Order: sequence, then structure tokens, then C-alpha cells
Amino acid sequence: MSMNMNHALYRRRRMANAWGMITSMIAMGLGLAVLLWILVVLFSNGFAALDWNILTKDTPAPGTDGGGLRNAIVGSLMMVGLSVLVATPVGILAGIYLTEYGDQSKTAELTRFVTDIMLSAPSIVIGLFVYAIAVATLGGFSGYAGSLALALIAVPVVMRTTENMLRLVPGSLREAAFALGAPRWKVSLSVTLRAAKSGVITGVLLAIARISGETAPLLFTALSNQFYNDDMSKPMANLPVVIFQFAMSPYDNWIRLAWGGALLITLTVLILNILARVFFRDKQSA
Amino acid sequence: MGQDMQSPLSSLDNNSHMLAVVKRQRLQDVLFHRLTQLFSLLVLVALAGIIVSLFINAWPTFAKFGARFIWYVEWDIINEEFGAAIAIVGTIASAGIAMLVAIPLAFGIAVFLTETCPVWLRRPLGTAIELLAAVPSIIYGMFGLFVFAPLFADYIQVPLREVLSGMPLIGFLFGGAPNGMGILAAGIVLAFMVLPFVAAVMRDVFEITPPILRESAYGLGCTTWEVVRKIVLPYTQKGVIGGIMLGLGRALGETMAVTFVIGNANRMPTSLFSPGTSIASTLANEFGEAADLHMSSLFALGFLLFVITFVVLALAKIMINRAEKAKGF
Repeated sequence: MSMNMNHALYRRRRMANAWGMITSMIAMGLGLAVLLWILVVLFSNGFAALDWNILTKDTPAPGTDGGGLRNAIVGSLMMVGLSVLVATPVGILAGIYLTEYGDQSKTAELTRFVTDIMLSAPSIVIGLFVYAIAVATLGGFSGYAGSLALALIAVPVVMRTTENMLRLVPGSLREAAFALGAPRWKVSLSVTLRAAKSGVITGVLLAIARISGETAPLLFTALSNQFYNDDMSKPMANLPVVIFQFAMSPYDNWIRLAWGGALLITLTVLILNILARVFFRDKQSA
Repeated sequence: MGQDMQSPLSSLDNNSHMLAVVKRQRLQDVLFHRLTQLFSLLVLVALAGIIVSLFINAWPTFAKFGARFIWYVEWDIINEEFGAAIAIVGTIASAGIAMLVAIPLAFGIAVFLTETCPVWLRRPLGTAIELLAAVPSIIYGMFGLFVFAPLFADYIQVPLREVLSGMPLIGFLFGGAPNGMGILAAGIVLAFMVLPFVAAVMRDVFEITPPILRESAYGLGCTTWEVVRKIVLPYTQKGVIGGIMLGLGRALGETMAVTFVIGNANRMPTSLFSPGTSIASTLANEFGEAADLHMSSLFALGFLLFVITFVVLALAKIMINRAEKAKGF
């Protein structure tokens, strides 16, 4: 009697287990299938559009053939470059504060909390903010305004990774440097930060990857530009906004270029993410 | 700089020199402390700046419509009558659909990655999911517009409408033109976008469960499914909810994945298939040509979006922090 009951229970538990495991496998399969599908669509349309003209010619007029994305690529590189140059020191120093000084302070705790929220805050609102403080007041759309919006998104990324990486540095290393009489700033910059170097580089790479694909914050700040322009005080073409405009247009040639641009951005982002991982793994094995 | 590099012995016989060095170092330390503090406070300044500047720019709208702006069902640019209800409904509906689709899938993926998957496959699959979370959202939008929407119209919208639109009570949900654009399509594309993100967070949270708890349960003869249901899930409850809300926060504020497929119509959606608009997509579409009260109303929408996402993300963060604190026990 009791043997039979145990068998029934055993079977029911095994069935429940099998059901759970199979649905989890289906979920994984479904998720991967959708995401692979998106990548396959992107790669097939994107590679079909890639040629040297994309790098050497500027965006074509509506309804015309040919052309490329040179002005948009240059604009994106300049804006992303400038915002990383600004966001890296700011983010690293702020991250140093949070690890080295911010343990007992309530403000540091609040800063950490707000930074985490800013990591996921809607990027279009950052665009509105920069429009309000820089575009509306200082005379119009510009590459600088676009860089400012991107930098505001990049700082929290650099800040939080720097903090997390500095926390991995053993306290004994700091104590050893203090025991030699080194002042605090020197310990932070030449001992702790140096020990966490590859982790911090990881953070910077992730920040570049994050802002390379951002479209929304550039819509009302850098705007776009039909022509080649390397003057950052004027409206600037950039890959994400050009892709947005071209993909929403009725012109086949523009849509083709939009896929080409989308592939360029995705490849950049994926390569940066892989590089960041490699850097971090090197650190862990060292 | 050069002087304090001298050998300690020679500076020892010069006490005042030692004092000077100590003084200088102390000053440098204070400066360094304040400088790094200043930079970290920039984040708080930015937060305050966002709230204040959006509110100031939105003021004409709030002054004219008052709190009614939030539930006023009108977006008439020509007659300057503005209300946020249409965009808020579109935002919440598309994000809600996205979460309904993404949560079960993300949960399954997280269970697979932490329990079912052969150990050698865990790292590559986990990395793949993390990489997909980094794909820019505009790619999801383009996929939605060019690939998903046409298929959705032919293979989901038309059959569903034929079968269900005649039904009482729920029939109205499936009316509307079957062109593939609309709230439901936008929600599904949004689900694809947040899926890798939510799955990655859930997997990280599941991994917080101490191995000893898990192994004890297995030792008592639990099946894998029982370990997930009765050990891992209760233990990581707060973190799982936090991860879901983090995904919700992203979905609410997403611009590009939504704008391509939601249909961008300033009408109150009447069915799952009808075109609508979200706060972010209204901003993306209209801000370039807006002026005066229209622009101020867009700022008001942005302000509301920021407040909503801030609350959702703050709750998410509190949940996740609590889950991580529990790790210590």
C-alpha cells in the first residue's frame, strides 16, 4: 500500500520535474531563436549594403542612388570620442570617491543609489535635459550638445564599474602603501587605481559600447546634418539618427544604407563588449 | 615633488622640512578628497538639474491644464489642447505586454542557465545572452518595422481577428486595421529587447543562492524543479522582482524599439491592434517641429516619464539591494 503511494508520488514529482525542465529548455530555445533571427536579418541586410562607398561618400539626397555614411560615421566618432574623454576622468574620480572615502557617508550612499538609477533612466529624457540647458540657451543644435548628452549617459557606467573594480583590490595593498607613508591621493591613484587598471578599462569600453548605439539623446541635441561637417559647434550627422531617419523613409536606397549603418554600430558594440570581457578575464587570471 | 623623494635620513634631521612635507601632503589629500567628492556629486546635480529643468520647461502646460493634464484624453496640436492620457496608456500598455511576454521566457532562460544546462555550455550561452543585451535598441526597432510587423500582420493579426473579433466582451480587443503596427506589435518587439536584459539579471540573482542550500535540498532527494520552486525562488524572491522591475523601467523609457512599430497615432487605442503612441515615441516624433505650448507639453510628458521610471527603478534597486544583503547569511 505505502509502496504504491510512494510510486505515484515519485512519478508525479518526476513528471513535474520533466515538465519544468522541458519548458525551461523551450524558453531558452525560443529566446535564442528570436535573438538569432534578429542577428541573421541584421547581418544579411547589413552585409548586402556594405561597400567602400559607405566609408568614403556622404549621405545621399532623398530619392537618389549611391552615397554612403561618411559624414555620419565621422560625426559619431567625434561625439563619442569627446564624451568618453570627458566621462572617463569624471567617472574614475567619482568612482574613487565612492570606494576610498564613501563608506560611512550618507551622501555617498545616495550617490551610489542615484547612479544605479541613472544607468537605466530613459535616455530620451537626457536628450530633453541637454536641449533645455544647452541647445535652447546657447544657440542651437551642435555636436557639443550631443557629446554632453552622451557623456551624461557614460559617466554612471564608468563610475560604477570603477567603484566595483576598486573594491576588488585587497585592503592589505592599501595598508602597505599607507605604512610606507604615502599620502592618500597617491595610494588611490598609483596603487589602488593601478591595481584595478584592467577593470577600469573594462568600464570605459562598456561605456563606449553603451553610447555608440544611443539614438534618443542625440535627436534633440546634435540633430543631424545632410553634409560633411567636422565643426562640433554646428549640427552634426551621426550614425544612430541617420539610421532612424533613413529607416523610416520611403526610399529604398536610404533603407539599404540604414541597414549598413545598423550593422556597423552593432559590430562596434559587440566587439567592444568582447574586448571588455577579454580585458577583465586577463585581470582575473593574473 | 622632488624634495620629498630625498632619503628619509636627510630629512629627519630637518624637522621643519618634515613638517612642511606633511602639511603639503595633508593639503593635497584634502584637495583630492574634495575633488573626487565634487565629481561624484555631479550625478546628484544632474538628477536635480533634470527634474528642475524639465519642470520649468513644462510649467506653461502644467499652469494651463493643471493636474488634469495627466488624464486629459486629447492631443490637438492645432487647437493647443494637450493631455498625457493617450501617451501614458500607450507607454504602460506596450511595456505591460512586453513584460507579460518577457518574464516567463526570461525565467525559463535563467532556470535553464543555472540548473538544466550542461556546465560546459553555461558560460558560452550566458555570454551570448549578455552580448545580446548590449545590442542597440534601434536594431530591435528596425527588425520590428521591416521583418516582424509584416509577418505579424499576416500570420497573427488577420487570423486572430477572424476568430476573436466577433466574440463578446473581448472581441473589441482584436479590431482595427491589420497592418502590423500597433500596441501589441510594439509590446512584443519591446519584449525581445528587454528579454536578454531581464534574463541576465535573473540568472545573476539565482546564482546568489548559497550552494549549501541547494546541495542540501538535492541531498534530501529533491528534483531540480523542486529545488528551483522551493529553494531558489523563495530565497531570491526580492531579487527576481527587482530584476523584473529593472526590465519594466527600461521598457517604459525605451524610444527606438517602440517608435518604429507602435504606429504613432495620437488617438486613444481601442484595441490591441490599434496604433497608438508612447511618451518616448511622441517625443522622438514631434519634438523637432514643436514650439510654444506644444513644446512645453512635450517637456511635461518627459517630466512624467522621468518620474514614473524613476519610481519603478528606485523600487527595483531597493529590492535588488535587499536580495544582495541576504547573500551574507
